[in-house]
Amino acid sequence: MLSNEVKQKLITIVTEKNFDDSKIERLVYSYDATPNFQSMPNAVISPRNTEDVSEILKICNQYEVPIVPRGSGTNLCAGTCPTEGGIVLLFKHMNKILEIDEENLTITVQPGVITLDMIHAIEEKGLFYPPDPSSMKISTIGGNINENSGGLRGLKYGVTRDYVIGLEAVLPNGDIIRTGGKLAKDVAGYDLTRLFVGSEGTLGVITEATLKLIPMPETRKTMLALYQDLSAAARSVSKIIANKIIPTTLEFLDQATLKVVEDYAQIGLPTDVQAVLLIEQDGPPEVVERDIQKIAEVCKLENAVSIQIAATEEEAMALRTARRAALSAVARLAPTTILEDATVPRSEIANMVKAINEITEKYQLTICTFGHAGDGNLHPTCATDARNHEEMERVEKAFAEIFEKAIELGGTITGEHGVGAMKAPYLEWKLKKEGIAAMLGIKHAFDPNNIMNPGKVFAKDSKKRVVITR
Amino acid sequence: MTTLVEQEKIQQQFKERMNEDELLNCMRCGFCLPTCPTYIESGYKESHSPRGRIAMMKAVVDGIVEPDEDFERSLELCLGCRACEPVCPSGVNYGHLLEEARDIINQNKKHSLPVRAVRKTVFEGLFPHQNRMRNMVGLLGFYQRSGIRTLARKTGYLGLLPDNLATMEKVLPKVPTLKEMKNRPEHLPAIAEKVHRVAFFSGCLMDTMFMKTNDATMKLLQLAGCEIVIPKQQTCCGALHGHSGEKNGAKELAKKNIAAFEDLGVDFIITNAGGCGAFLVDYDHLLKDDPVWKERALAFKLKIKDISEILVAVSFHKKVKLELPAQVITYQDSCHLRNVMKTASAPRTLLGAIKGVQFKEMKEADRCCGSAGIYNIVESEMSMVMLDYKMVQAKATHATTIVTANPGCLLQMQLGIEREGLSDKMRAVHIVDLLAEAVK
Repeated sequence: MLSNEVKQKLITIVTEKNFDDSKIERLVYSYDATPNFQSMPNAVISPRNTEDVSEILKICNQYEVPIVPRGSGTNLCAGTCPTEGGIVLLFKHMNKILEIDEENLTITVQPGVITLDMIHAIEEKGLFYPPDPSSMKISTIGGNINENSGGLRGLKYGVTRDYVIGLEAVLPNGDIIRTGGKLAKDVAGYDLTRLFVGSEGTLGVITEATLKLIPMPETRKTMLALYQDLSAAARSVSKIIANKIIPTTLEFLDQATLKVVEDYAQIGLPTDVQAVLLIEQDGPPEVVERDIQKIAEVCKLENAVSIQIAATEEEAMALRTARRAALSAVARLAPTTILEDATVPRSEIANMVKAINEITEKYQLTICTFGHAGDGNLHPTCATDARNHEEMERVEKAFAEIFEKAIELGGTITGEHGVGAMKAPYLEWKLKKEGIAAMLGIKHAFDPNNIMNPGKVFAKDSKKRVVITR
Repeated sequence: MTTLVEQEKIQQQFKERMNEDELLNCMRCGFCLPTCPTYIESGYKESHSPRGRIAMMKAVVDGIVEPDEDFERSLELCLGCRACEPVCPSGVNYGHLLEEARDIINQNKKHSLPVRAVRKTVFEGLFPHQNRMRNMVGLLGFYQRSGIRTLARKTGYLGLLPDNLATMEKVLPKVPTLKEMKNRPEHLPAIAEKVHRVAFFSGCLMDTMFMKTNDATMKLLQLAGCEIVIPKQQTCCGALHGHSGEKNGAKELAKKNIAAFEDLGVDFIITNAGGCGAFLVDYDHLLKDDPVWKERALAFKLKIKDISEILVAVSFHKKVKLELPAQVITYQDSCHLRNVMKTASAPRTLLGAIKGVQFKEMKEADRCCGSAGIYNIVESEMSMVMLDYKMVQAKATHATTIVTANPGCLLQMQLGIEREGLSDKMRAVHIVDLLAEAVK
């Protein structure tokens, strides 16, 4: 419970109608898209501007009230679940596109702008903002920046981090800082812009962002390749890149995924194949044409059993169906869906997928793997039932082994979903004690009272590393 | 007001009756949020979103929150448009959850005396009885024709009604006479070479207030080569009951309809109202706890087809010449036709086949117009927000004709046109009326 004193002070800042502590309002901000995480905040506040945010943070800092900035709550790491109560901060009033600068190729936005709305505004000017997390229809740009969201175009275009060039942020003491700017080059001091991107709301509150834009590619072409052999598919990925072609999209589906997709969508895919690659290239028409032909040759040399190249946008849509339906298909298998994002160097994709299959077998689970093969970013997705505690224990053990294996292959525990509360216990596996200590030093410098999204990134206890017995 | 005792009863029933699997199926991904009109129009309030509502229902089941005023308010404000369902990766049947929740609240809540009287009259006394529907609509016809209407308008009595009700009075169609409404056919032969024997679900409002549209529907079916049977024993589909927390009433109507259409030896049962059709295809769910009726409901459901679907299936638009004077037309989806019956392309195919007209898709044609059964009367403020948004999109197409596929949507679009002061430039029509107009 917030003390009456704190409550009154907060109401004075944002006015009555932007403060809500009714039970129902608190309930609906007690979760995000992460399974098995729920915790009620004490109040929900919607600041109207940066000054409001600054005043709110001063109060929270003074009274040590936890504060959780939240976009649309679509993250998969329990990054916005108020696990320690406190205040959930909403940005529904701070949702304006402030400027599209066609001379400097930048857009300046408030954090509450819906990602897709922003992309539409950008595309109207013939410009391009590549990061496309699958929740972009409703995710906010503030959420994307805080989680450093990825998407399907990471291989060629990078992720959110690569497009954020300037920020306005409020620190826990109420200070308002500005980092970076509309600048291609800027080495004035530490790169605080990059520090804030992906900081999951643990350092301060981002209240404005300037993003870099690029010209819209002229055309795009889509193809699909099927393989009888997982390693051959993985080799194709490496060879395409070794041929100095960087496709926009290089997506992968394993056999388990393919089977459930076919059951669900009935699109006529053969379910006896071991792997599917969905490949897209964009750019000037002649380059796209040449690249796609070259990619097709590589796939053929690697014994792809079928290669389809879309001639029209309708055909392209059809080829994308399998990948697009993957999550739905797996989600319908069981009540609880756990979507992970273990990531390895792209050369290790085949080894990682094989390991996932073995782990799935060992723990007798249903795990389908699909994802961004070009980035080495896989989504092993488990269909399970949170009510079955015995199975949930096996799920947890299986994912622990998957993380362990990813790290062993030179990878990481999370490629694009973030650490949040969900993966905090595993962070030390990746960073070691020293890495955690360095990060904690930064955290304390910005947020000495630990009011900013407490319980995220840094865990109270680290998980014991699993011993792999294979 | 819901008393604490009522809240306890509601909570208990939630535990007993809500489908826990369905509640758990929601993985809270939030993909439903951008499709939810009340989420958007409430300024992105999670408590007015499908994900929020499901979380609340689950929390009531789990005993984390009580079914208080805020909870009820959130469920009331839901349009029930079910736009959240097609985008849901887990395939959560939100409509079923909503119906069950509303039924529990309604059954355990003591309405005030006037509300109870109105509900009893409407749900038990009026809609299930086609003769009374006729008399009621007949009364409206008398009002329209006798001069009382002119008098009411002139004396300013209508000014006493809330704004949108007064406007709605203006847009109601000219209703047929009692005699016309009583003299309905029971069998019609195919006009072209016979390809199907079908039954026609005539509906309660459709066969009275919108009788002309029903006539046009049957005409098109005949031209499409369908022999039509129209069983007299059929009754109201029960959608209004189901959506308003009167499940038992809906079940009785469902059984009557299933029995009425059972032994007709038809290939399909045709509807021309998305709202009715969507409820008819859900009969197997409505009667799921009754093994015998469930089977019969399933057989019934499999035959339901919207008029647009059958016309496209028999290539009506290729066989019959369709032509109209040059005009721009646009189409407003019926939410239930699109989201529940999954009919979206057939109406567009038919409209695209009319020579002389230019079909222009409006932005967000799949977003609810705010009609939603009786929503535009009981939640008129939110409904008008939806309608105003819809009219902005409709006007942007420069269409002079807005085509719909459900009586509620039709009235709402007419209301929108009237509110915008465009009644001399724009019209709203049911798709079958436009097609009938276009038949050469």
